[in-house]
Amino acid sequence: MPKEQANWSPYDNNGGTCVAIAGADYCVIAADTRMSTGYSILTRDYSKICKLADKSIMASSGFQADVKALQKVLASRHSIYQHQHNKQMSCPAMAQLLSNTLYYKRFFPYYAFNVLGGLDSEGKGCVFTYDAVGSYERVGYSAQGSGATLITPFLDNQLKSPSPLLLPAKDAVTPLSESEAIDLVKTCFASATERDIYTGDKVEIVILNGDGIRHEYEELRKD
Amino acid sequence: MPTETMDVPKTGFSFDLCRRNDMLTKKGLKSPSYLKTGTTIVGLIFENGVILGADTRATEGPIVADKNCEKIHYMAPNIYCCGAGTAADTEAVTDNISSQLKLHRYHTGRESRVVTALTLLKSHLFRYQGHVSAALVLGGVDVTGPHLHTIYPHGSTDTLPFATMGSGSLAAMAIFESEYREGLTRDEGVNLVTKAICSGIFNDLGSGSNVDVCVIEKGKKEYLRNHLTPNPRTYISERGYTFSKKAEVLLTKITPLKELVDVVEVGGDAMEE
Repeated sequence: MPKEQANWSPYDNNGGTCVAIAGADYCVIAADTRMSTGYSILTRDYSKICKLADKSIMASSGFQADVKALQKVLASRHSIYQHQHNKQMSCPAMAQLLSNTLYYKRFFPYYAFNVLGGLDSEGKGCVFTYDAVGSYERVGYSAQGSGATLITPFLDNQLKSPSPLLLPAKDAVTPLSESEAIDLVKTCFASATERDIYTGDKVEIVILNGDGIRHEYEELRKD
Repeated sequence: MPTETMDVPKTGFSFDLCRRNDMLTKKGLKSPSYLKTGTTIVGLIFENGVILGADTRATEGPIVADKNCEKIHYMAPNIYCCGAGTAADTEAVTDNISSQLKLHRYHTGRESRVVTALTLLKSHLFRYQGHVSAALVLGGVDVTGPHLHTIYPHGSTDTLPFATMGSGSLAAMAIFESEYREGLTRDEGVNLVTKAICSGIFNDLGSGSNVDVCVIEKGKKEYLRNHLTPNPRTYISERGYTFSKKAEVLLTKITPLKELVDVVEVGGDAMEE
């Protein structure tokens, strides 16, 4: 008798690309709005960006059903936090919570590749980048998802951040101005769309700074 | 006659390394991937000829390998062929059959017929039992009129008034099924083919970039390369980019070769098609 094997997977990959850049007093979080499976586009207008707290914004690619479930868990945990502490969670605290939430499902992971962007308690931009099971790191910029392999080397070249091993520790934020960072993000997505079939349609850019939250959109190729 | 019992075929593929490759695969070797043209290709018959169409994206998994490749291949002056599948296979098989057709024309002194190309292509594909992964739309006009055929990788063929192939075939066929009718004019035909390809380009992730069209009529053909370019780059930064300098050029020396050797220009005929 041949061995029975699973002919069904609980996971799907819905593609998509997420990028976040931290500056001295701002943070830019962006993701394209295409959701696809296989060679089909499911929708051209799906937001991969979720506001978890006033100063924490998460962009996630991978399997959007898992992403949705993850967002719900984080939302409920944040609501409990607000009841207990009567304040919004800080971005670094949300970063640790996200890591714990992902690792909790270590052996049946959320198929989600996240970048968390926001402002820390000093008002400095911060970006946290994750793998699917909760390993995370604070960085100056990050790309996740299907176009990450195309975008990361470009960001490395343009924004080369100091090594985290250097002593004394240097700030991980990028030296760009806010408008330069937004410009760079638009370039990243226009370029990734040229070569990655799962990236396209539109890029949603969220800008977080001392004044609050702002949204921008830029059209991408639709093929 | 040589007395060796080993019978080495003089032509065709060599399968010598199959056993070795099987062994390596079992030991965990990942075999290299092929360039697949996840494609939309179409063809239709209009009032006085055949129109073929194709997108121009070639993919390697999720990555776009070529944003503007040519998928409408030349077979004979009156016959063209759209190819989907492994790029190397579609190119090799059309080139090979095109060459056979030319020799056949020299031999017979007559224009090639579409059925001749069809038979040569399907015999080749059937012999290789689907391992030559070429899915084709063959169209042309010969002494017996306009013809359109589809050919599957295993060698089966269809004869149709309108046809689609490739990963975008369903998207394109949706357009054809709703709008095709007999006796389309040339312009109506070109527009319908363009619309069908666009449907593939926008709704199938394996297809993209531009629309190529080829119109074949009795005694004349028109290859409309990049007939439509509906996907220009969306954003170009006004600031431009700076790249940190990594290597310093210390010395530049140019030696013109023309002074050291005699170049003899030999006249020759320009290659035809």
